[in-house]
This record gives sequence, structure tokens and C-alpha cells, in this order.
Amino acid sequence: MFGVALLSASAVSALAGVLFAVLVWQANQILIDDVLAGIEREAGGLVALSVREGDAAVARRLEDQQRANSAGLYHLSENGAYRAGSLRTVPGELLAAGGRGLFSFTSEAEPAPRLAAGRIETLAGGGILVVARDIENQRRLGSRLRWLAVAGFALIGLAAAGSGLVVARRVLRRVEEMAATSRAIMAGDLARRLPAAGSDDELDRLAHSLNLMLDRIDELMTGMREVSDNIAHDLKTPLNRLRNRAETALREATSPQDLRLALGETIEAADAIIKTFNALLLIARLESGAVEDTKDVIDAGALVASVVELYAPVAEDEGQSLVLSAERSATVRANPHLLAQAVANLIDNALKYARARLPVETHAAAVTASGTPARSQPIVVEVGRAGGRVCIAVADRGPGIPASERQHALTRFGRLERSRSTPGTGLGLNLVAAVARLHEGRLRLEDNAPGLRAVLELPAVDPVAPVGAE
Amino acid sequence: MRLLLIEDDEETATFLVKALKESGHAAEWAGDGAAGLESARSGGFDVLVVDRMLPAIDGLSVIRTLRQEGIETPVLVLSALGEVDDRVKGLKAGGDDYLTKPFAFVELLARVEALSRRSLPHEQVTRLVVGDLVLDRLSHRVTRGGEPIILQPREFRLLEYLMKHAGQVVTRTMLLENVWDYHFDPQTNVIDVHVSRLRAKIDKQFDRPLLHTVRGAGYVIRDASE
Repeated sequence: MFGVALLSASAVSALAGVLFAVLVWQANQILIDDVLAGIEREAGGLVALSVREGDAAVARRLEDQQRANSAGLYHLSENGAYRAGSLRTVPGELLAAGGRGLFSFTSEAEPAPRLAAGRIETLAGGGILVVARDIENQRRLGSRLRWLAVAGFALIGLAAAGSGLVVARRVLRRVEEMAATSRAIMAGDLARRLPAAGSDDELDRLAHSLNLMLDRIDELMTGMREVSDNIAHDLKTPLNRLRNRAETALREATSPQDLRLALGETIEAADAIIKTFNALLLIARLESGAVEDTKDVIDAGALVASVVELYAPVAEDEGQSLVLSAERSATVRANPHLLAQAVANLIDNALKYARARLPVETHAAAVTASGTPARSQPIVVEVGRAGGRVCIAVADRGPGIPASERQHALTRFGRLERSRSTPGTGLGLNLVAAVARLHEGRLRLEDNAPGLRAVLELPAVDPVAPVGAE
Repeated sequence: MRLLLIEDDEETATFLVKALKESGHAAEWAGDGAAGLESARSGGFDVLVVDRMLPAIDGLSVIRTLRQEGIETPVLVLSALGEVDDRVKGLKAGGDDYLTKPFAFVELLARVEALSRRSLPHEQVTRLVVGDLVLDRLSHRVTRGGEPIILQPREFRLLEYLMKHAGQVVTRTMLLENVWDYHFDPQTNVIDVHVSRLRAKIDKQFDRPLLHTVRGAGYVIRDASE
């Protein structure tokens, strides 16, 4: 992390350095070039003058120029004798540089040498002419610019390195915290979650996602534990019963008929165990969410109507009735088989509870005499759309579920203690809850005063034109 | 009927071959996918019973290969896998029916018998007749001894399925799957109630019952005098 910060800091300073260097070089170039061009133009003019009017005219012109331009430096000599200009001699440096370039000179006013640029020309009459400019001021500006560039470069480099280190340290500290937390979680503290700084930055979002993942893992692990607990309870007891029955038959049966009867009972018991096992497996499978690709957009009203049609004769035969009130346009995205099974379970449940409430004689009368059995209150099945949800409600007038047990009945693999001993797998509501969760919905148990009202809530979707669907 | 059983568990296979023979069917056994594929290719079988999980070549691949080669022998897929989406996969691969392990033998027997009938050109038949009971699939009319019988749409489909498989035992699960298209196990015996309502309509007024309950298995529609 520190390495990355330093690397980025040095990259930034290198870039700044190059930028400053180019700037300084360019500024220098512009200043000097301008001067050199001026010198060349002037020298050219003076040479042309000497051709036209002779070297003496140049000497006169120099006197004028010397007065007009204080930065101008001139020298004119003939046969080694000084004739005009502020420079008494031809500067040696300039001669050494081949006649054009930089040289330093000293004036009478100032003892310190100053920088100048100039060129040497030979006039038409054989005179030696030097045209130069004092560029000491440009030089000073240039050196100040260079100094500023170096200082700026150093400043930027320091700032980049400093801020990089600060950021790196902050990030590192939080990464270190996360690492420590995950080590704690691995060590067994499964309830621990990664800390978030509350700034909603990338690290916070990472922590959030990882926490969601941990929640899901925790859920699955709890689920697994509960599955094994339930398998132990739901399967061991009936398996033991089955074994006892077989043993009793082996010990006590005296005739082939007795044995046949016992074997028949054994097979029935095995079938019941298989049913329970299938239900447990299906719930576990739904909880793992592994059936995503089987969902379709379906009309919940039609689906519920079809299940009600399946159960209506059963209810009628038992002296009960199923009443359906379905709203149109209650479409959901669901696996039709699972949803049908969930609705069937709710109706099954309602029938079971209502049956428990019917007085024995009424029940018997309803089964034997198909004439006019005593009617109990109807089981009402409703399909409606409320906001963005489709609600499938099944309401009975049975004994209901006490409020204290309702929540427990819906927890993953939670069961009503009473239902463990009643016939059926007793997993009906759990399966419905699992189906609801698979479809991002939920199962609510409410008081129907009296009775139970089970509401399966699913997210509503807009009906789509069936494309390629059956 | 000649059956080929492709199943890797020897005990299950031995039990099934024996039980199928006792039910009057000739059954051969192949212990893995490759052997099963070879036997199935040689032909002459009315129904194949294929386990999904086989060593070497898995059951679904066997079925897919057979179908690609144009061998259309009906296939019953056996599987220990749950039914939510595995059933769809099994049927997509070319299976005709799907049965989850563990199963009751009567269930398997009823299903293979129903499948063997499929090879007959039954879908084209428009009039189904059992004794004096006649079902017209085009006009949706049912008569017995010439007397019209009024049925609800679902009762009509229930009777149609039973009559399509006249003389064969159909189980409650088969009825739930084929008449209602539900693939779950209702806690209440809903099917029995529907069948008894149908029976009241087609058998009650007549001396000779046609719709019979087979104990421990399901139902069969059959004219006893035939």
C-alpha cells in the first residue's frame, strides 16, 4: 500500500518536473530568440547601409542608436582602430564563439559583469561591426524561473508523497481492521461483522457486501443445523416406531394373516417416513434457492382457482365449504408447481383445523349422509392485489394458532409442538414459508377471530404477453 | 411386454426384474449406461426404465443419445433427485415419465404399463369405448347405454384419462399429474373424492360397475365381461 502511494507520488512529481522544465526552456527560448532576431535585423540593416553609403554612415548611425537604445551595445573599428560604439573592443568571447553568441561585459556604471548577446559583421568598407544587446535582465528572469520551477517541483513531490501516505495509512488501517475481524469470525465468532466507517465509500460497500455474504452463510448454516435436528426428530421417531412394529410382529404374529397385516402396516409407515423426508428435502432445497430458472409469469387467481377446484369436493364431503374470491390481474413470477403446492398446503391446513373444530357427530353425519350435512362456516380463499404485492389468503374458523406460537411456526423449520404428533408431515406451513421466501415474498399468520388467516404475499409483476410461453 | 431396466444398484434391479416378471412382463437388466445403450439400440423393447445416476454414461445422456439416433422407445426416468426442476430436465432430455425414488412397485408398474400403451396410435382415436360407456373426444359428450351423462370439464378429463388407459391400473399420483398437472403429494385424498364423484355419475344408475378401485394401487376402468 505504501509502495503504491510512493510510486504514484513520484509519478506525479516526475510529470510536474517535466512540465516545469519545458516551461522554463520555452520561456528562455522566446526571450532570447526575440533578442537574437532583433540583433540580426539591425546588423543586416547596418551592413546594407555600409554598402549604400559607406562605413562612415554606419559610424554616424551608431552614435544615434547608442543614444536611443540603452540596451544596445555597439562597436565599430577599422584596421584595428576603434571608431564608434559603447564597446571599446571586439569581445573576445564573441570571437571565440565564431562571431555570434553570448558574452559578458562590464560597463562603467556597474562593476559586475553583465550578459549580452551579439554578432560580428564585416562592413562593405572593411570595418568590423559588433551589434549586441544587454540581456542581463532576461538572464535574471530565466534563473528566477528555474529556481521557482525547482521549488514547485519539490513542493508538489512532497505534497503528493505526503497525501499518498496519509490515504494509504487510512486505507491500510481499515483493511487491517477487516482482516482482524475476519480472523475473529474464522476463529468461531460467527456473529461478528466487518466494521463500516459510515462514509459509504468503496471500502464501506465492500464491508457491506461481505457482511451480507456472512449473513447468508450464517443463515444457511443455521438452516443446515436445523435440518439435521429436524431430520433426527422427524425421521428417527417414526423409524423407531416402524422398527418396533416389525419386531413385535416377528415376536407375536402366529398366522400368515397377522404377518401380512404387520407388513402392510410397515410399508405404510415407510411411506409416511418417505413423505416427511421428501418434504424436508424440498424445504432445504428451496431454502438454498436453487430453483431460480423455473419461474414463469403466471396468473395467481387462475392458479388458486384451480387448486380450490381440486379441494372443493373434499371440503363439501366433509360438510365444509371453500369460497373463492379472486381479483383479476394478480400476476406473479413464480414456479407454478411450487405455488400450487403452497396454496394446496394452506387449504389442506385450513381443512385440517376446521375438521378439528367440527363436532364428532356432525363430522360423521357429513361423511355418511350426503343429504344435508350441517354446514360450518366456509373457508375463505382470497386472491387480491395490494400495492406491489399479490396476497393469497386462506382463512378458516378453526382453533387457530395462539399468537405466541405464530412467529415460531414460521421460522425456518420451526414447528408447532402440537403439530409434531398430529398426522401428516406437519411441515405444511414451513414449506409454504420456504416457497414464499424463494419468491421474495413471505407468509403471514393472522388471527381470523376465531380461526387462522394465513396470507401468502408475493411481489406482483405486470402481466406480459406470453412470448414463447405455453 | 418387454422391458429394459438400466439401473446400477443390483438389489433394486433384481427386485424390479423379479416383480415385473411376476406381473407378466419380460424384463432385462443392464448395469451401466454403456451396456444399457447397447441393449436399447438392439431394439425390441416396449419400455425402457432408466436410472438417472449411472456410472460411466449417466441416464439422461443415454436417453438423449437414443433420441438422437431416432429410437423412440418410451422411457420412464427413475431418480433419487427431487422433483422441482429435475423432472423438467428429465423430460427435456427425452424421457416420457419421471418417477422419484423411493417408489412403490405398483406405481412403477402402472406407469410402465401406461407408457407401453403410448406406442399405440391412441392420440388419433376420437371415441373411447369401455363396455357401453362411450366418450367422444371431439364433441365432449359421454353416454352410457345411449343415455347422456353430464360431466364437469375436469371430470371429463379424468374419465378421458382413465378410458385412454382402460384395463390398466392408474395411480392417484398419475391422475394428479396428468389430469391436474400437479406434481406434489396432497395430504388429503383429494383424488379419491373426485373419482367417487365421477363414479356416482357413470356407475350409480347401472348394474355393472366399470370404474374399480384397486386396493393399495389406484383405479382401473374396465368392462368385466370383456
